[in-house]
Amino acid sequence: MSRISTDQVKHVANLARLALTEEEAEKMTKQLDAIITFAEQLNELDTENVEPTYHVLDMKNVLREDTPQPGLPREEVLKNAPEHQDGQFKVPSILGE
Amino acid sequence: MSLFDHKVSELHELLHKKELKVSDLVEESYKRISEVDDKVQAFLTLDEDRARGAAKSLDENQDSTKGLLYGMPIGIKDNIVTKGLRTTCASKILENFDPIYDATVVQKLQQAETVTIGKLNMDEFAMGSSNENSRFQKTRNPWNLERVPGGSSGGSAASVAAGEVLFSLGSDTGGSIRQPAAFCGVVGMKPTYGRVSRFGLVAFASSLDQIGPITRTVEDNAYLLQAISGIDAMDSTSANVEVPNFAAALTGDVKGLKIAVPKEYLGEGVQESVRESVLNALKVLEAQGAVWEEVSLPHSKYALAAYYLISSSEASANLARFDGVRYGYRTPNAENLLDLYKKTRAEGFGDEVKRRIMLGTFALSSGYYDAYYKKAQKVRTLIKQDFEQVFEKYDVIIGPTTPTPAFKIGENIADPLTMYVNDILTIPVNLAGVPGISVPCGFDNGLPLGLQIIGKHFDEATVYRVAHAFEQATDYHKQKPEL
Repeated sequence: MSRISTDQVKHVANLARLALTEEEAEKMTKQLDAIITFAEQLNELDTENVEPTYHVLDMKNVLREDTPQPGLPREEVLKNAPEHQDGQFKVPSILGE
Repeated sequence: MSLFDHKVSELHELLHKKELKVSDLVEESYKRISEVDDKVQAFLTLDEDRARGAAKSLDENQDSTKGLLYGMPIGIKDNIVTKGLRTTCASKILENFDPIYDATVVQKLQQAETVTIGKLNMDEFAMGSSNENSRFQKTRNPWNLERVPGGSSGGSAASVAAGEVLFSLGSDTGGSIRQPAAFCGVVGMKPTYGRVSRFGLVAFASSLDQIGPITRTVEDNAYLLQAISGIDAMDSTSANVEVPNFAAALTGDVKGLKIAVPKEYLGEGVQESVRESVLNALKVLEAQGAVWEEVSLPHSKYALAAYYLISSSEASANLARFDGVRYGYRTPNAENLLDLYKKTRAEGFGDEVKRRIMLGTFALSSGYYDAYYKKAQKVRTLIKQDFEQVFEKYDVIIGPTTPTPAFKIGENIADPLTMYVNDILTIPVNLAGVPGISVPCGFDNGLPLGLQIIGKHFDEATVYRVAHAFEQATDYHKQKPEL
Protein backbone atom coordinates (compact mmCIF):
# COMPACT_ATOMS: atom_id res chain seq x y z
CA MET A 1 0.00 0.00 0.00
CA SER A 2 1.39 3.38 -0.83
CA ARG A 3 1.88 5.85 2.00
CA ILE A 4 1.22 8.95 -0.04
CA SER A 5 -0.86 9.65 -3.15
CA THR A 6 -0.09 11.98 -6.04
CA ASP A 7 -2.99 14.17 -4.91
CA GLN A 8 -1.44 14.46 -1.46
CA VAL A 9 1.91 15.32 -3.04
CA LYS A 10 0.22 18.12 -5.00
CA HIS A 11 -1.40 19.40 -1.81
CA VAL A 12 1.94 19.37 0.04
CA ALA A 13 3.65 21.07 -2.93
CA ASN A 14 1.08 23.84 -2.69
CA LEU A 15 1.75 24.24 1.05
CA ALA A 16 5.48 24.34 0.31
CA ARG A 17 4.95 26.84 -2.52
CA LEU A 18 6.64 24.61 -5.09
CA ALA A 19 5.34 24.35 -8.65
CA LEU A 20 5.44 20.72 -9.81
CA THR A 21 4.65 19.40 -13.28
CA GLU A 22 2.44 16.31 -13.51
CA GLU A 23 5.52 14.22 -14.27
CA GLU A 24 7.47 15.67 -11.32
CA ALA A 25 4.53 15.06 -8.99
CA GLU A 26 4.43 11.39 -9.98
CA LYS A 27 8.17 10.94 -9.54
CA MET A 28 8.05 12.77 -6.20
CA THR A 29 5.20 10.50 -5.06
CA LYS A 30 7.33 7.39 -5.65
CA GLN A 31 10.37 8.86 -3.92
CA LEU A 32 8.50 10.23 -0.91
CA ASP A 33 6.64 6.96 -0.59
CA ALA A 34 9.96 5.09 -0.33
CA ILE A 35 11.35 7.54 2.24
CA ILE A 36 8.17 7.55 4.34
CA THR A 37 8.00 3.74 4.24
CA PHE A 38 11.58 3.68 5.45
CA ALA A 39 10.76 6.21 8.19
CA GLU A 40 7.90 4.09 9.47
CA GLN A 41 10.42 1.73 11.09
CA LEU A 42 10.24 4.25 13.95
CA ASN A 43 6.87 2.69 14.78
CA GLU A 44 8.72 -0.38 16.03
CA LEU A 45 9.63 1.69 19.09
CA ASP A 46 7.26 2.28 21.97
CA THR A 47 7.55 6.00 22.72
CA GLU A 48 4.37 6.31 24.76
CA ASN A 49 6.12 7.79 27.80
CA VAL A 50 9.06 9.45 26.06
CA GLU A 51 9.35 13.24 26.00
CA PRO A 52 10.30 14.70 22.60
CA THR A 53 13.70 16.44 22.25
CA TYR A 54 13.31 19.67 20.31
CA HIS A 55 16.62 21.04 21.46
CA VAL A 56 19.63 19.21 22.93
CA LEU A 57 20.84 21.87 25.34
CA ASP A 58 19.11 22.60 28.58
CA MET A 59 18.29 26.23 27.86
CA LYS A 60 15.13 28.22 27.43
CA ASN A 61 13.93 31.80 27.23
CA VAL A 62 17.23 33.41 26.36
CA LEU A 63 16.52 37.10 26.95
CA ARG A 64 18.39 40.35 26.40
CA GLU A 65 17.85 43.99 27.20
CA ASP A 66 15.42 45.57 24.74
CA THR A 67 17.58 48.48 23.69
CA PRO A 68 16.95 50.31 20.41
CA GLN A 69 19.66 49.79 17.80
CA PRO A 70 19.93 50.87 14.19
CA GLY A 71 18.82 48.22 11.68
CA LEU A 72 20.57 47.40 8.44
CA PRO A 73 20.83 50.35 6.03
CA ARG A 74 17.92 50.36 3.58
CA GLU A 75 20.05 50.80 0.42
CA GLU A 76 22.21 47.86 1.46
CA VAL A 77 19.22 45.65 2.12
CA LEU A 78 17.58 46.52 -1.20
CA LYS A 79 20.65 45.83 -3.30
CA ASN A 80 19.97 42.07 -3.35
CA ALA A 81 16.27 42.50 -4.12
CA PRO A 82 15.18 41.29 -7.59
CA GLU A 83 12.95 44.37 -7.90
CA HIS A 84 12.43 47.43 -5.72
CA GLN A 85 10.84 50.83 -5.96
CA ASP A 86 10.68 53.86 -3.67
CA GLY A 87 12.73 52.08 -1.03
CA GLN A 88 10.44 49.06 -0.93
CA PHE A 89 10.40 45.51 -2.28
CA LYS A 90 8.26 45.25 -5.39
CA VAL A 91 6.08 42.21 -6.10
CA PRO A 92 3.42 41.41 -8.72
CA SER A 93 -0.26 41.87 -8.02
CA ILE A 94 -1.49 39.93 -5.00
CA LEU A 95 -5.14 39.78 -5.97
CA GLY A 96 -6.22 37.56 -8.86
CA GLU A 97 -8.55 38.72 -11.60
CA MET B 1 57.03 20.45 -0.43
CA SER B 2 54.26 22.95 0.14
CA LEU B 3 54.18 25.66 2.77
CA PHE B 4 50.93 24.04 3.90
CA ASP B 5 52.84 20.91 4.93
CA HIS B 6 53.80 23.00 7.95
CA LYS B 7 51.59 23.29 10.98
CA VAL B 8 50.14 26.64 12.03
CA SER B 9 52.63 26.90 14.89
CA GLU B 10 55.58 26.40 12.50
CA LEU B 11 54.31 28.93 9.97
CA HIS B 12 53.68 31.38 12.79
CA GLU B 13 57.27 30.97 13.93
CA LEU B 14 58.56 31.58 10.38
CA LEU B 15 56.41 34.73 10.07
CA HIS B 16 57.59 35.92 13.42
CA LYS B 17 61.24 35.45 12.50
CA LYS B 18 60.52 37.24 9.21
CA GLU B 19 61.64 34.24 7.21
CA LEU B 20 58.20 34.16 5.63
CA LYS B 21 55.64 36.76 4.60
CA VAL B 22 51.87 36.55 4.68
CA SER B 23 51.99 37.29 0.93
CA ASP B 24 54.00 34.08 0.44
CA LEU B 25 51.23 32.10 2.11
CA VAL B 26 48.49 33.77 0.09
CA GLU B 27 50.41 33.32 -3.18
CA GLU B 28 51.01 29.69 -2.31
CA SER B 29 47.23 29.27 -2.11
CA TYR B 30 46.43 30.94 -5.41
CA LYS B 31 49.32 29.23 -7.19
CA ARG B 32 48.13 25.81 -6.05
CA ILE B 33 44.53 26.68 -6.95
CA SER B 34 45.61 27.68 -10.46
CA GLU B 35 47.51 24.40 -10.78
CA VAL B 36 44.95 21.92 -9.50
CA ASP B 37 41.51 23.43 -9.09
CA ASP B 38 40.43 22.76 -12.66
CA LYS B 39 40.72 19.10 -11.60
CA VAL B 40 39.52 19.29 -7.98
CA GLN B 41 36.91 22.04 -8.49
CA ALA B 42 36.72 22.91 -4.80
CA PHE B 43 36.28 26.68 -5.13
CA LEU B 44 33.14 28.48 -6.26
CA THR B 45 34.42 32.02 -5.76
CA LEU B 46 37.90 33.45 -5.17
CA ASP B 47 38.57 36.67 -3.26
CA GLU B 48 41.98 37.42 -4.77
CA ASP B 49 42.04 41.20 -4.69
CA ARG B 50 40.98 41.50 -1.08
CA ALA B 51 43.21 38.60 0.01
CA ARG B 52 46.27 40.12 -1.64
CA GLY B 53 45.42 43.52 -0.16
CA ALA B 54 45.01 42.00 3.29
CA ALA B 55 48.32 40.14 2.95
CA LYS B 56 50.09 43.35 1.97
CA SER B 57 48.74 45.26 4.92
CA LEU B 58 49.44 42.43 7.36
CA ASP B 59 53.02 42.27 6.06
CA GLU B 60 53.41 46.03 6.47
CA ASN B 61 52.12 45.89 10.04
CA GLN B 62 54.26 42.85 10.81
CA ASP B 63 52.14 42.26 13.82
CA SER B 64 52.57 38.51 13.99
CA THR B 65 52.98 38.65 17.75
CA LYS B 66 49.22 39.20 17.81
CA GLY B 67 48.08 35.64 17.43
CA LEU B 68 48.84 32.24 16.00
CA LEU B 69 46.39 32.51 13.12
CA TYR B 70 47.76 35.86 11.91
CA GLY B 71 48.04 35.75 8.11
CA MET B 72 46.93 32.12 7.70
CA PRO B 73 45.03 31.46 4.44
CA ILE B 74 41.58 29.94 4.93
CA GLY B 75 38.73 28.72 2.73
CA ILE B 76 35.11 29.14 3.80
CA LYS B 77 32.17 26.89 2.95
CA ASP B 78 29.72 28.74 0.76
CA ASN B 79 26.84 28.63 3.24
CA ILE B 80 28.65 30.96 5.66
CA VAL B 81 27.94 34.57 4.75
CA THR B 82 30.84 36.86 3.89
CA LYS B 83 30.19 40.56 3.43
CA GLY B 84 30.81 41.65 -0.15
CA LEU B 85 31.82 38.13 -1.20
CA ARG B 86 29.22 36.13 -3.15
CA THR B 87 27.61 33.42 -1.01
CA THR B 88 25.53 30.91 -2.96
CA CYS B 89 24.96 27.75 -0.87
CA ALA B 90 25.74 26.15 -4.26
CA SER B 91 22.15 26.99 -5.23
CA LYS B 92 20.76 28.78 -8.27
CA ILE B 93 18.37 30.55 -5.95
CA LEU B 94 21.33 32.42 -4.38
CA GLU B 95 23.55 32.51 -7.48
CA ASN B 96 24.19 36.25 -7.25
CA PHE B 97 23.68 36.81 -3.52
CA ASP B 98 26.05 39.46 -2.13
CA PRO B 99 25.81 39.37 1.70
CA ILE B 100 25.64 42.65 3.57
CA TYR B 101 27.11 41.33 6.81
CA ASP B 102 29.64 38.75 7.98
CA ALA B 103 28.81 35.59 9.91
CA THR B 104 30.05 35.68 13.51
CA VAL B 105 32.71 33.07 12.70
CA VAL B 106 33.96 35.27 9.86
CA GLN B 107 34.15 38.27 12.20
CA LYS B 108 36.12 36.14 14.63
CA LEU B 109 38.50 35.07 11.87
CA GLN B 110 38.99 38.73 11.02
CA GLN B 111 39.88 39.44 14.63
CA ALA B 112 42.40 36.59 14.44
CA GLU B 113 43.58 38.14 11.13
CA THR B 114 43.37 35.10 8.91
CA VAL B 115 43.12 35.74 5.17
CA THR B 116 40.03 34.48 3.32
CA ILE B 117 41.07 32.90 0.01
CA GLY B 118 37.59 32.10 -1.32
CA LYS B 119 34.33 30.21 -0.96
CA LEU B 120 34.07 26.45 -1.20
CA ASN B 121 31.70 24.17 -3.05
CA MET B 122 29.11 22.07 -1.23
CA ASP B 123 25.91 20.15 -1.77
CA GLU B 124 23.09 22.63 -2.36
CA PHE B 125 22.02 24.04 1.03
CA ALA B 126 24.25 21.38 2.65
CA MET B 127 21.88 18.60 1.61
CA GLY B 128 23.96 15.72 0.35
CA SER B 129 26.93 13.48 0.97
CA SER B 130 28.91 13.77 -2.26
CA ASN B 131 28.87 17.37 -3.58
CA GLU B 132 26.95 16.02 -6.58
CA ASN B 133 24.01 18.17 -5.45
CA SER B 134 25.92 21.40 -6.09
CA ARG B 135 24.11 23.33 -8.83
CA PHE B 136 27.42 24.62 -10.19
CA GLN B 137 30.14 21.97 -10.25
CA LYS B 138 31.16 18.56 -8.96
CA THR B 139 34.12 18.68 -6.61
CA ARG B 140 36.42 15.69 -7.00
CA ASN B 141 38.29 13.68 -4.40
CA PRO B 142 41.99 14.69 -4.59
CA TRP B 143 42.97 11.07 -3.87
CA ASN B 144 41.06 9.77 -6.88
CA LEU B 145 39.39 12.15 -9.28
CA GLU B 146 36.76 9.57 -10.22
CA ARG B 147 35.52 9.56 -6.62
CA VAL B 148 33.40 11.99 -4.63
CA PRO B 149 35.03 14.13 -1.92
CA GLY B 150 32.06 13.49 0.38
CA GLY B 151 29.66 16.13 1.50
CA SER B 152 28.18 18.39 2.15
CA SER B 153 31.46 20.20 3.04
CA GLY B 154 33.20 18.47 0.11
CA GLY B 155 34.94 21.62 -1.14
CA SER B 156 36.16 22.39 2.37
CA ALA B 157 37.75 18.95 2.78
CA ALA B 158 39.07 18.62 -0.79
CA SER B 159 40.72 22.06 -0.74
CA VAL B 160 42.67 21.20 2.41
CA ALA B 161 43.63 17.72 1.13
CA ALA B 162 44.77 19.23 -2.19
CA GLY B 163 46.95 21.83 -0.44
CA GLU B 164 44.96 24.76 -1.85
CA VAL B 165 44.50 26.30 1.60
CA LEU B 166 46.01 25.66 4.99
CA PHE B 167 42.60 24.99 6.52
CA SER B 168 38.91 25.66 6.06
CA LEU B 169 35.54 25.96 7.74
CA GLY B 170 32.68 23.59 7.05
CA SER B 171 29.30 22.91 8.59
CA ASP B 172 27.88 19.64 9.88
CA THR B 173 24.18 18.77 10.21
CA GLY B 174 24.37 14.97 9.91
CA GLY B 175 28.06 14.36 9.16
CA SER B 176 28.84 17.07 6.63
CA ILE B 177 32.26 17.90 8.15
CA ARG B 178 33.33 14.44 9.35
CA GLN B 179 32.32 12.37 6.31
CA PRO B 180 34.20 14.50 3.72
CA ALA B 181 37.17 14.78 6.12
CA ALA B 182 37.26 10.96 6.25
CA PHE B 183 36.94 10.63 2.46
CA CYS B 184 39.70 13.20 1.85
CA GLY B 185 42.14 12.09 4.58
CA VAL B 186 42.01 15.25 6.70
CA VAL B 187 40.88 16.19 10.22
CA GLY B 188 37.31 17.46 10.64
CA MET B 189 35.60 18.44 13.89
CA LYS B 190 31.90 18.91 14.55
CA PRO B 191 31.83 20.75 17.87
CA THR B 192 29.16 20.41 20.55
CA TYR B 193 25.86 22.00 19.49
CA GLY B 194 26.03 25.54 20.87
CA ARG B 195 29.86 25.77 20.99
CA VAL B 196 30.10 27.91 17.84
CA SER B 197 27.70 30.69 16.85
CA ARG B 198 25.47 29.88 13.89
CA PHE B 199 24.78 33.55 13.14
CA GLY B 200 25.40 33.95 9.41
CA LEU B 201 25.34 30.23 8.67
CA VAL B 202 22.50 29.84 6.17
CA ALA B 203 20.20 27.57 8.18
CA PHE B 204 19.44 24.01 7.08
CA ALA B 205 18.29 22.29 10.30
CA SER B 206 18.59 24.71 13.17
CA SER B 207 18.65 22.16 16.01
CA LEU B 208 21.44 20.17 14.33
CA ASP B 209 23.67 22.58 12.34
CA GLN B 210 27.10 23.41 13.68
CA ILE B 211 30.15 25.09 12.09
CA GLY B 212 33.56 23.47 12.55
CA PRO B 213 37.17 23.36 11.32
CA ILE B 214 38.80 21.12 8.70
CA THR B 215 42.61 20.91 8.91
CA ARG B 216 45.62 18.73 8.18
CA THR B 217 46.46 18.12 11.85
CA VAL B 218 44.63 17.83 15.16
CA GLU B 219 46.72 20.65 16.63
CA ASP B 220 45.72 23.09 13.88
CA ASN B 221 42.12 21.99 14.32
CA ALA B 222 42.24 22.88 18.02
CA TYR B 223 43.65 26.34 17.22
CA LEU B 224 40.99 27.06 14.63
CA LEU B 225 38.13 25.90 16.86
CA GLN B 226 39.55 28.07 19.65
CA ALA B 227 39.29 31.12 17.39
CA ILE B 228 35.64 30.59 16.40
CA SER B 229 34.11 29.30 19.68
CA GLY B 230 32.05 31.12 22.27
CA ILE B 231 28.70 32.58 23.14
CA ASP B 232 27.24 35.16 20.75
CA ALA B 233 24.42 37.60 21.42
CA MET B 234 23.33 37.12 17.78
CA ASP B 235 22.68 33.37 18.27
CA SER B 236 20.47 32.56 21.23
CA THR B 237 21.35 28.87 20.88
CA SER B 238 25.06 29.51 21.37
CA ALA B 239 25.93 28.27 24.83
CA ASN B 240 27.13 30.28 27.78
CA VAL B 241 29.86 27.78 28.57
CA GLU B 242 33.52 28.52 29.17
CA VAL B 243 35.81 27.82 26.21
CA PRO B 244 38.84 25.93 27.51
CA ASN B 245 42.29 26.10 25.96
CA PHE B 246 41.94 23.22 23.50
CA ALA B 247 45.63 23.09 22.57
CA ALA B 248 46.51 22.59 26.24
CA ALA B 249 44.66 19.27 26.07
CA LEU B 250 47.12 17.89 23.50
CA THR B 251 49.27 16.16 26.10
CA GLY B 252 49.72 12.86 24.28
CA ASP B 253 48.61 11.11 27.45
CA VAL B 254 45.73 8.64 27.17
CA LYS B 255 46.75 6.36 30.03
CA GLY B 256 43.66 5.00 31.78
CA LEU B 257 41.32 6.54 29.21
CA LYS B 258 38.09 4.54 28.89
CA ILE B 259 36.92 4.00 25.33
CA ALA B 260 33.51 2.65 24.38
CA VAL B 261 33.18 0.91 21.01
CA PRO B 262 29.53 0.51 19.97
CA LYS B 263 28.91 -2.85 18.34
CA GLU B 264 26.39 -1.15 16.05
CA TYR B 265 29.24 0.91 14.55
CA LEU B 266 31.19 -2.17 13.44
CA GLY B 267 28.25 -4.26 12.34
CA GLU B 268 26.30 -4.83 9.18
CA GLY B 269 27.02 -2.52 6.27
CA VAL B 270 30.48 -1.53 7.52
CA GLN B 271 33.14 -2.62 5.05
CA GLU B 272 35.85 -5.03 6.27
CA SER B 273 38.75 -2.64 5.52
CA VAL B 274 37.00 0.02 7.60
CA ARG B 275 36.43 -2.36 10.51
CA GLU B 276 40.08 -3.45 10.43
CA SER B 277 41.38 0.11 10.43
CA VAL B 278 39.30 0.91 13.50
CA LEU B 279 40.46 -2.21 15.35
CA ASN B 280 44.06 -1.27 14.50
CA ALA B 281 43.47 2.24 15.82
CA LEU B 282 42.15 0.76 19.07
CA LYS B 283 45.37 -1.28 19.36
CA VAL B 284 47.41 1.90 18.91
CA LEU B 285 45.51 3.59 21.73
CA GLU B 286 45.66 0.45 23.86
CA ALA B 287 49.45 0.41 23.51
CA GLN B 288 49.43 3.90 25.02
CA GLY B 289 47.50 2.79 28.07
CA ALA B 290 43.89 3.36 27.06
CA VAL B 291 41.35 0.59 27.61
CA TRP B 292 38.36 -0.21 25.41
CA GLU B 293 35.22 -2.25 25.71
CA GLU B 294 32.35 -3.06 23.43
CA VAL B 295 29.10 -1.30 24.29
CA SER B 296 25.69 -0.89 22.69
CA LEU B 297 23.90 2.21 21.41
CA PRO B 298 20.71 0.22 20.86
CA HIS B 299 18.72 2.90 19.03
CA SER B 300 21.41 3.61 16.41
CA LYS B 301 19.47 1.92 13.63
CA TYR B 302 16.61 4.39 14.06
CA ALA B 303 18.80 7.48 13.85
CA LEU B 304 18.70 7.76 10.07
CA ALA B 305 14.90 7.80 9.86
CA ALA B 306 14.56 10.21 12.80
CA TYR B 307 17.20 12.46 11.28
CA TYR B 308 15.55 12.72 7.87
CA LEU B 309 12.20 13.60 9.39
CA ILE B 310 13.62 16.18 11.81
CA SER B 311 16.17 17.79 9.49
CA SER B 312 13.76 17.96 6.56
CA SER B 313 11.02 19.46 8.74
CA GLU B 314 13.37 22.15 10.00
CA ALA B 315 14.66 22.72 6.46
CA SER B 316 11.15 23.17 5.08
CA ALA B 317 10.62 26.00 7.56
CA ASN B 318 14.09 27.54 7.13
CA LEU B 319 13.97 27.52 3.34
CA ALA B 320 10.59 29.25 3.26
CA ARG B 321 12.51 32.54 3.21
CA PHE B 322 13.66 31.94 -0.38
CA ASP B 323 10.66 33.40 -2.16
CA GLY B 324 12.10 35.71 -4.82
CA VAL B 325 11.09 38.88 -2.98
CA ARG B 326 13.94 40.17 -0.81
CA TYR B 327 17.00 38.50 -2.34
CA GLY B 328 18.02 35.76 -4.69
CA TYR B 329 16.59 34.43 -7.92
CA ARG B 330 13.14 35.49 -9.11
CA THR B 331 11.27 33.75 -11.94
CA PRO B 332 10.69 35.99 -14.96
CA ASN B 333 7.38 34.18 -15.68
CA ALA B 334 5.09 35.04 -12.78
CA GLU B 335 1.48 36.11 -13.26
CA ASN B 336 0.74 36.93 -9.64
CA LEU B 337 2.41 36.71 -6.23
CA LEU B 338 1.50 33.08 -5.49
CA ASP B 339 2.72 32.10 -8.94
CA LEU B 340 5.94 34.02 -8.29
CA TYR B 341 6.65 32.07 -5.11
CA LYS B 342 5.95 28.70 -6.68
CA LYS B 343 7.86 29.20 -9.90
CA THR B 344 10.78 30.95 -8.25
CA ARG B 345 11.23 28.05 -5.85
CA ALA B 346 10.62 25.38 -8.51
CA GLU B 347 13.22 26.95 -10.80
CA GLY B 348 15.66 27.98 -8.07
CA PHE B 349 15.96 24.80 -5.99
CA GLY B 350 17.49 21.50 -7.15
CA ASP B 351 15.87 18.06 -6.86
CA GLU B 352 17.29 16.98 -3.49
CA VAL B 353 16.37 20.29 -1.85
CA LYS B 354 12.83 20.07 -3.22
CA ARG B 355 12.53 16.48 -2.01
CA ARG B 356 13.50 17.46 1.52
CA ILE B 357 11.24 20.50 1.57
CA MET B 358 8.39 18.21 0.47
CA LEU B 359 9.21 15.55 3.08
CA GLY B 360 9.47 18.20 5.80
CA THR B 361 6.28 19.97 4.79
CA PHE B 362 4.48 16.61 4.77
CA ALA B 363 5.86 15.60 8.20
CA LEU B 364 4.74 18.92 9.68
CA SER B 365 1.37 19.05 7.96
CA SER B 366 -1.95 18.69 9.71
CA GLY B 367 -2.76 15.06 10.50
CA TYR B 368 0.82 13.83 10.11
CA TYR B 369 2.68 15.94 12.67
CA ASP B 370 2.29 13.49 15.58
CA ALA B 371 2.92 10.38 13.51
CA TYR B 372 6.12 11.61 11.89
CA TYR B 373 7.67 14.79 13.30
CA LYS B 374 6.81 14.30 16.95
CA LYS B 375 7.55 10.58 16.78
CA ALA B 376 11.02 11.40 15.38
CA GLN B 377 11.65 13.88 18.20
CA LYS B 378 10.77 11.21 20.75
CA VAL B 379 13.16 8.76 19.10
CA ARG B 380 15.75 11.52 19.27
CA THR B 381 15.36 11.44 23.05
CA LEU B 382 16.07 7.69 23.07
CA ILE B 383 19.18 8.18 20.93
CA LYS B 384 20.41 10.98 23.18
CA GLN B 385 19.85 8.75 26.23
CA ASP B 386 21.92 5.97 24.61
CA PHE B 387 24.88 8.37 24.54
CA GLU B 388 24.27 9.64 28.08
CA GLN B 389 24.28 6.10 29.45
CA VAL B 390 27.55 5.20 27.75
CA PHE B 391 29.19 8.44 28.85
CA GLU B 392 28.40 7.64 32.49
CA LYS B 393 31.14 5.00 32.30
CA TYR B 394 33.37 5.98 29.39
CA ASP B 395 35.39 9.04 28.32
CA VAL B 396 34.95 8.73 24.56
CA ILE B 397 33.15 6.62 21.98
CA ILE B 398 35.16 5.39 19.00
CA GLY B 399 34.08 3.92 15.68
CA PRO B 400 34.48 4.51 11.97
CA THR B 401 33.36 7.82 10.45
CA THR B 402 31.85 6.16 7.37
CA PRO B 403 30.90 2.58 6.46
CA THR B 404 33.00 2.68 3.26
CA PRO B 405 35.73 4.80 1.66
CA ALA B 406 34.79 7.41 -0.98
CA PHE B 407 32.44 6.04 -3.63
CA LYS B 408 32.45 6.77 -7.34
CA ILE B 409 30.85 9.88 -8.77
CA GLY B 410 27.41 8.87 -10.04
CA GLU B 411 27.32 5.63 -8.04
CA ASN B 412 24.70 6.59 -5.44
CA ILE B 413 23.05 9.69 -6.83
CA ALA B 414 20.08 7.92 -8.46
CA ASP B 415 18.65 6.54 -5.21
CA PRO B 416 18.20 9.01 -2.33
CA LEU B 417 17.97 6.27 0.30
CA THR B 418 21.28 4.64 -0.71
CA MET B 419 22.96 8.02 -0.50
CA TYR B 420 21.47 8.66 2.95
CA VAL B 421 22.99 5.42 4.35
CA ASN B 422 26.43 7.04 4.09
CA ASP B 423 25.68 9.05 7.17
CA ILE B 424 24.49 6.29 9.53
CA LEU B 425 27.58 6.60 11.77
CA THR B 426 27.67 10.39 11.96
CA ILE B 427 23.97 11.28 12.27
CA PRO B 428 23.45 10.02 15.87
CA VAL B 429 26.13 12.49 17.02
CA ASN B 430 24.15 15.46 15.69
CA LEU B 431 20.90 14.16 17.15
CA ALA B 432 22.57 13.93 20.59
CA GLY B 433 24.36 17.27 20.11
CA VAL B 434 27.73 15.90 21.24
CA PRO B 435 31.12 16.69 19.61
CA GLY B 436 32.77 14.32 17.12
CA ILE B 437 35.98 14.39 15.10
CA SER B 438 37.23 12.39 12.13
CA VAL B 439 40.97 11.72 11.88
CA PRO B 440 42.80 9.72 9.18
CA CYS B 441 43.24 6.08 10.24
CA GLY B 442 44.23 4.14 7.14
CA PHE B 443 43.78 3.55 3.44
CA ASP B 444 41.83 1.13 1.28
CA ASN B 445 43.25 0.89 -2.25
CA GLY B 446 44.65 4.40 -1.97
CA LEU B 447 41.46 5.89 -0.53
CA PRO B 448 41.61 7.41 2.98
CA LEU B 449 39.60 6.06 5.92
CA GLY B 450 38.45 8.04 8.95
CA LEU B 451 38.34 7.24 12.65
CA GLN B 452 35.49 8.92 14.52
CA ILE B 453 36.03 9.97 18.13
CA ILE B 454 32.93 11.19 19.97
CA GLY B 455 32.93 13.02 23.31
CA LYS B 456 30.63 14.31 26.00
CA HIS B 457 28.81 17.63 25.67
CA PHE B 458 31.37 20.47 25.65
CA ASP B 459 34.26 18.05 26.11
CA GLU B 460 36.03 18.71 22.80
CA ALA B 461 39.25 18.84 24.86
CA THR B 462 39.19 15.09 25.55
CA VAL B 463 38.25 14.36 21.93
CA TYR B 464 41.27 16.38 20.78
CA ARG B 465 43.54 14.69 23.34
CA VAL B 466 42.65 11.23 22.03
CA ALA B 467 42.78 12.30 18.38
CA HIS B 468 46.18 13.91 18.89
CA ALA B 469 47.62 10.90 20.74
CA PHE B 470 46.48 8.64 17.90
CA GLU B 471 47.80 11.00 15.25
CA GLN B 472 51.23 11.27 16.90
CA ALA B 473 51.55 7.48 16.94
CA THR B 474 50.67 7.11 13.24
CA ASP B 475 51.61 8.77 9.96
CA TYR B 476 48.36 8.58 7.98
CA HIS B 477 47.94 12.34 8.25
CA LYS B 478 51.33 12.87 6.60
CA GLN B 479 50.28 11.13 3.37
CA LYS B 480 49.36 13.43 0.51
CA PRO B 481 47.44 12.81 -2.68
CA GLU B 482 49.31 13.11 -5.99
CA LEU B 483 47.62 15.59 -8.26
